[in-house]
Amino acid sequence: MLEPVNISLESLNLMTLMPMLIAVGGGLLILIIDLIKDNLHKSLYVILTVLILLINLGVTLGLNYGASEKGFFDIMLIDGVSIISQVLILVASILFIPLALTSKRFHEYSYPEFFALFMFMIAGFQFMVSSDNLILVFLGLETASLSLYTLIAMHNRANSFEAAVKYFTMGALAAAFFTMGSAVLYGVSGSLELGQIATAIADRINEPGIMILLLGGAGLLLTSFAFKLSLFPFHTWAPDVYEGASAPLAGYMSVVPKVAAFVVSMRIFEMFIDLQILWVQNMIIFLAVITMTLANLMALVQQDVKRMLAYSSISHAGFVMVAIALATDKANTGVFLYYALFMFTNLGAFAMLWVSRHKDRIHHERFDHPYEKFSGMIKIMPMGAIVMALFMLSLAGVPPFSVFWGKIYLMSATVDAGYIWLAVVMGLNSAIAAYYYLKLIVFMFLKEPTEAVTQETTYYNVSKPLLTILGFAVFVTVGSILLVNPLIEYISVMVQASNFGI
Amino acid sequence: MDAILSILIFFPALAGFLGFIVDKNSAKVYGIAVATIELLLALWLWAKFDTTNGGMQFTEKVSLISDFGISYNVGVDGISLFIVIMAALITLLGIILLRPDTKNMKNMIVSLLFLEMTMVGVFLTLDAIVFYLFWELSLVPMLYIIGAWGGPTRVYAAVKFFLYTFVGSLIMLVGLLSMAYLYHDANGVWTFSLLDWYTLPLTETQQFWLFLAFFAGFAIKVPMFPFHTWLPHAHGQAPTIGSVILAAVLLKMGTYGFVRFSLPILPDASVTFTPFIMVLSLIMVIYTAMIAFAQKDMKQVIAYSSVSHMGVIMLGVFAMNAEGLGGSVFLMLSHGIVSGALFMLVGVIYERTGTKIMDEFGGLAAVMPIYATVFGIMLMASVGLPLTIGFVGEFLVLLGFYQVSPIGTILAATTIIIGSVYMLALFKKSFFGPVRHEKNLGLKDLDKRELSALIPLVLITIWLGVYPNPVLGPIDNSAQKILVDMENRAISPATKEAIILSKKEAN
Repeated sequence: MLEPVNISLESLNLMTLMPMLIAVGGGLLILIIDLIKDNLHKSLYVILTVLILLINLGVTLGLNYGASEKGFFDIMLIDGVSIISQVLILVASILFIPLALTSKRFHEYSYPEFFALFMFMIAGFQFMVSSDNLILVFLGLETASLSLYTLIAMHNRANSFEAAVKYFTMGALAAAFFTMGSAVLYGVSGSLELGQIATAIADRINEPGIMILLLGGAGLLLTSFAFKLSLFPFHTWAPDVYEGASAPLAGYMSVVPKVAAFVVSMRIFEMFIDLQILWVQNMIIFLAVITMTLANLMALVQQDVKRMLAYSSISHAGFVMVAIALATDKANTGVFLYYALFMFTNLGAFAMLWVSRHKDRIHHERFDHPYEKFSGMIKIMPMGAIVMALFMLSLAGVPPFSVFWGKIYLMSATVDAGYIWLAVVMGLNSAIAAYYYLKLIVFMFLKEPTEAVTQETTYYNVSKPLLTILGFAVFVTVGSILLVNPLIEYISVMVQASNFGI
Repeated sequence: MDAILSILIFFPALAGFLGFIVDKNSAKVYGIAVATIELLLALWLWAKFDTTNGGMQFTEKVSLISDFGISYNVGVDGISLFIVIMAALITLLGIILLRPDTKNMKNMIVSLLFLEMTMVGVFLTLDAIVFYLFWELSLVPMLYIIGAWGGPTRVYAAVKFFLYTFVGSLIMLVGLLSMAYLYHDANGVWTFSLLDWYTLPLTETQQFWLFLAFFAGFAIKVPMFPFHTWLPHAHGQAPTIGSVILAAVLLKMGTYGFVRFSLPILPDASVTFTPFIMVLSLIMVIYTAMIAFAQKDMKQVIAYSSVSHMGVIMLGVFAMNAEGLGGSVFLMLSHGIVSGALFMLVGVIYERTGTKIMDEFGGLAAVMPIYATVFGIMLMASVGLPLTIGFVGEFLVLLGFYQVSPIGTILAATTIIIGSVYMLALFKKSFFGPVRHEKNLGLKDLDKRELSALIPLVLITIWLGVYPNPVLGPIDNSAQKILVDMENRAISPATKEAIILSKKEAN
């Protein structure tokens, strides 16, 4: 006869689940509202979503955290990294969702399902970053990804479907690699928890043949995350998917899924690096260098600003990937600092594209946002041009705008770790990148407007909420010099209170 | 008034912001008023400046990013004081010279005021990251000025200018970050303050690599041969005001960087690299002077002669003695005044005739006598005629450099000869002989606007040529202080040997 299992409620530490529960509950609430009364205006859903996310943010900030703050049969782990990444995810989401309130009606936002899926996706990302158990990470990853595929497809244009299907196929492949990699690690260590995996590998590190198994495990997992982070050579989906997705969603995708994937990469790969398995480190450095260089070169030849920004965010991801290879506290702090600052600028840049989004392609038969669309913008809408130029200069790493601080912090971490050549490569890549950001500035400030460029077409989709979000993004981009110190202080406390599997 | 340096830096920026509100027809007057106030503030700084003190004065420090050691830290010494005054003066005169019918006058004034903030900021800041911040930020308004008001291929020239400097400064940034790391390694504190860095002992290998990293940033800006190729494009396409500020102030950022960063932080490497720098500078001096002689375009002559003179400045900086260093700082000022004036003069004739090709002119001396006189004075100053501002600096540099390498000095002195050749050829082709084109007979001489921009420069040229002491004194104090500090910090005997001349004089 089976022994009855006694589990005390305290040992479950259910508070650790609260943020995700709020997101899921919020999603269900929206669905229930839709069941009771349909044809409600999108603004209701937008504000509800923002409110629920704010509660979620408050609860997340209030959680106990620490390297051993576990819950729910020890599969949840609320350490500093988990808190800081959840905060980033939530803030980005709160900034993103009001972009639905445009002056023109776009298909997807009239469905409440959009907002419900959005909440489920956030819950997925939150699970993903708050666990060191590979199964839960996988579940979070898939929940989030499946919701995201649907969100992309809801933009309801031919190339959105293409983007969603492409992303889905690639995502399925990545999921397969992830499960296979986890299976190999399970075979080596008999556990799915990163802490136990690390101990088991440390015990067996001198066995003959173990490296082949680890090559399989780490290699497969690295492939999987290379897909998710759009690292070379698994980056080819990104520009098409960004192009097919609506502009704000593309901006969102260049930040939030990447933050989540970076947190998991930190947990997994820094474990290998701490175990002195050097080829993992070398492989990551190699991938990072190739990714940033190649993406920069590709971005140079793009004709469409959105595709350019897509390649640029691939390149930024490559830049940040260097930090994973360094595996120091400073580098990890740099990852979050970089994304915290990059988030505002990049969402701002994509929001500017969204402001100018027209129902018809009036400038180019293939692209929504060709460079020509922005030519002479300084004459037609000076404020818009200046704001966009600020975002571009910031992305290029011109001080004192936000991304510069992330850049020097990461480069400084690289120098500290002794990789001066890598810091030089990072610097030169920023210089290459400056060219394509400048190209847009040149179009906006130094060229004459074409006939199709008028106030009407470039301000087509503008609305007050959009301007508010843009204003906020500009504020952070320009005033970042005052925000950097508190951010570094907060993030480094959080990073030190973390458990990277060892 | 302890915050005078911050006021100097941020007043133009604030005025630039508020300038958006000013009506576009009044923008020029607004620009002149702001630039005048800025110049008066700079002169007031000079009045309050303790000329016997070679160290940093009026220092301010506010911590910006304490965990990473970045602070807003400014100070002024004899070297930066006069460069700041010159930057303020040139900005003011440049704005005065702007044609009233310049398109988008308001945007031009606002860009110039922002540019003035970055220029003053670069020369006054004592924190490496804030220095880098102003350094990079100065590219943005200049990019716009060249790109929006320049010649036919302005966009290409503007982007080339931006990217060249950007590449160099990113490599320099790696150097700055390594320097901060080395300091942290030794003392356990993060700091980017130059005054702290001056106290850090470094091994020769470390100095070697750091020197190369700093060199990448500064040499492109100077521009040293072979990184000078962006400059003729930028000058060729830039509007008059752009060329004036570029030649007079922005190039000085590079040589100032060598004086403020490379020499005091890396004394041994500076001495090790001296032969290398000298060879490059000599090539730069002679080669670009020859190119200048081959030009048909008047502005290109001035542009290449400007590169050639920057080579002389570099020789003085690396002569490692008080005459050379002090002379080269003085030469930075005189080059700013003289090349600024020459670019203004080219702009004047270009506005009237729409061409800068020398063969199109001829006989201008008869048509425009005042113009020819001013041009003549500035040209003599550029060549280095005694009793003009150009002579003092050039003479001191050559005197200092003679103690290092007599043969090099003879080679460098050819710049005066080749300089006279191409400058006099320019003068002859444009101002003497018959008037080539009938329409040139009706050219108007300088009007009030142009005279009020040029006369102050002429007066300064002669005043400082005859009596340079008020300026030379403080410069010399600070230059000697840098050399003494260098010698105290140098670790290899060879370095002390190379700098020893200065110490004897200081005592």
